[in-house]
Amino acid sequence: MIKNISNLGDAALYCDFGNDVNKEINSNVIQFFKNIQKSKIPGVINITPSYNKLIISFDLNITNFDKIKTEVEQLNFKNEIANVGKLIKIPVCCDNDFALDIKRLEKLLKLEKEEIYKKFFSKKYYCYMTGFIAGMPFLGDLDDSLYARRLDTPRVKVPRNSIGLTEQFCNIYSFESPGGWNIIGKTPLDIFDNKNNSSPNLINPGDTISFFQISKSEFEKKYD
Amino acid sequence: MTENYFEVLRPGINTTFQDNGRKNFYHIGIPFSGAMDNRNFVIANALLDNKKNNPVIEFALQGPKLRFKGDKVYFNVTGDVNFQILRKNKIEEGVCYQNIVLENNDCLDLISTNRSVYGYLSVNASFKIDFYLDSCSVNTKAEIGANNGKILEKNQIIEIENITKKYSLNKLDYINSKIENIRVIKGPHFDYFSKTAKELFFKEKFSVTKLTDRMGIRLDGPKIENIKNTNIKSEGLVKGTIQITADGNPIIMLSDHGTIGGYPKIGVVISADYDKLVQIPPGSKIKFKEINLKDAEIIYKLYEMETQNLISKTK
Repeated sequence: MIKNISNLGDAALYCDFGNDVNKEINSNVIQFFKNIQKSKIPGVINITPSYNKLIISFDLNITNFDKIKTEVEQLNFKNEIANVGKLIKIPVCCDNDFALDIKRLEKLLKLEKEEIYKKFFSKKYYCYMTGFIAGMPFLGDLDDSLYARRLDTPRVKVPRNSIGLTEQFCNIYSFESPGGWNIIGKTPLDIFDNKNNSSPNLINPGDTISFFQISKSEFEKKYD
Repeated sequence: MTENYFEVLRPGINTTFQDNGRKNFYHIGIPFSGAMDNRNFVIANALLDNKKNNPVIEFALQGPKLRFKGDKVYFNVTGDVNFQILRKNKIEEGVCYQNIVLENNDCLDLISTNRSVYGYLSVNASFKIDFYLDSCSVNTKAEIGANNGKILEKNQIIEIENITKKYSLNKLDYINSKIENIRVIKGPHFDYFSKTAKELFFKEKFSVTKLTDRMGIRLDGPKIENIKNTNIKSEGLVKGTIQITADGNPIIMLSDHGTIGGYPKIGVVISADYDKLVQIPPGSKIKFKEINLKDAEIIYKLYEMETQNLISKTK
């Protein structure tokens, strides 16, 4: 649960759940996030869950730090809200055209690429948070044997919809963006749909992701 | 019915449609966006008796040159902007904070901002544009908002509709004061930095570099030495957050910022100083001044009172 609440500037609450990164602590963060979303505390304008912090921005014309802090501390919790994460299946094509860093990973991890993919596709991943760029999910945890550091020099442009790995995490680049994660494939699904005006992002914090491999011809079919 | 529209003769450097931005989407990676300098946005609409959140055209450094086609429309420009109106045979020097009429074929040339960054163009009408998640605000990174989430381009047409009959002829005497001191509340990772670094942070001046846009301001100055860890587990950010990157330089998050980040937060700019912060152009120097939360809250109330006072003067 929350270990400490402090202020982040004059218009946000900084809720600290500790320093560890694991599913248990993150589930608490997401539980708080969903409860606060439902509680409609006056003046709250943004809530950002992450691995082990929750930041609540508010409108200084309506409320202030002391008021919001008290309201958050007195919130009546309904734990069940948190357990509604969806299971989402994501197709990934690992053709050499898309798996930009597979050779680097083979060397770094001392594994054949078949083994890397076998390990990668055999696990389900949990979404800790979504953000940095619109819709980008931060997923974990990878099998220990797949832990790799970031690229020494980040790419200026990682292609949209690339799947990247670093440390115990993987993500999906929802937009073309600079980035240093090890790219192992690409999905034909739009992770963020900027034409969808109600729920544009496919993956929300707390969701579970299962990746499955598709061939290049399947990938191309889905792109049409 | 007469068609009214602007033809974009020159788009300007970074010209976008903006309103007061989107709320409640940080958790899916979508920042507020919205007009960078909120007070000048609010005044632009107040002068024309527009709805508070009527979309405006925001421009940065060099603004657009627009030709008006149609019957007539009133507009004003807010900020500290150098502009001209080109009518049939004459050139008129523009005055900010004043409603001015444009008739068929008149051109509005928003030449540049003076020792500032952002200016605003408001009309007594609505632009025919798309809204996304309740806001027209363009966020070019996520490609969302009006104009397909893009900056203005040469030769495009901006349609104007719902021109109001009622408009105020009032003008406002307002001078955008320039500041060098930016007030900051200490951040959650203040103690990641050495004693010397903490002193330098509030004592020395920093230069605003050219790597500055709607996402953030990159500063250059004395290196801020981190004695704990140059990375943190990524966590949420808010407008005005000052992060220290691994090379010891501060970056300040602005309205289009990435919603989460992994650098330690040394401080956060107070809300009352945000409008002035965004107006500091590259090449200028700034200095941080420490302030506590209670004082920041009082200063914000004064800032808001002053804004309301300015609005009432436009009526």
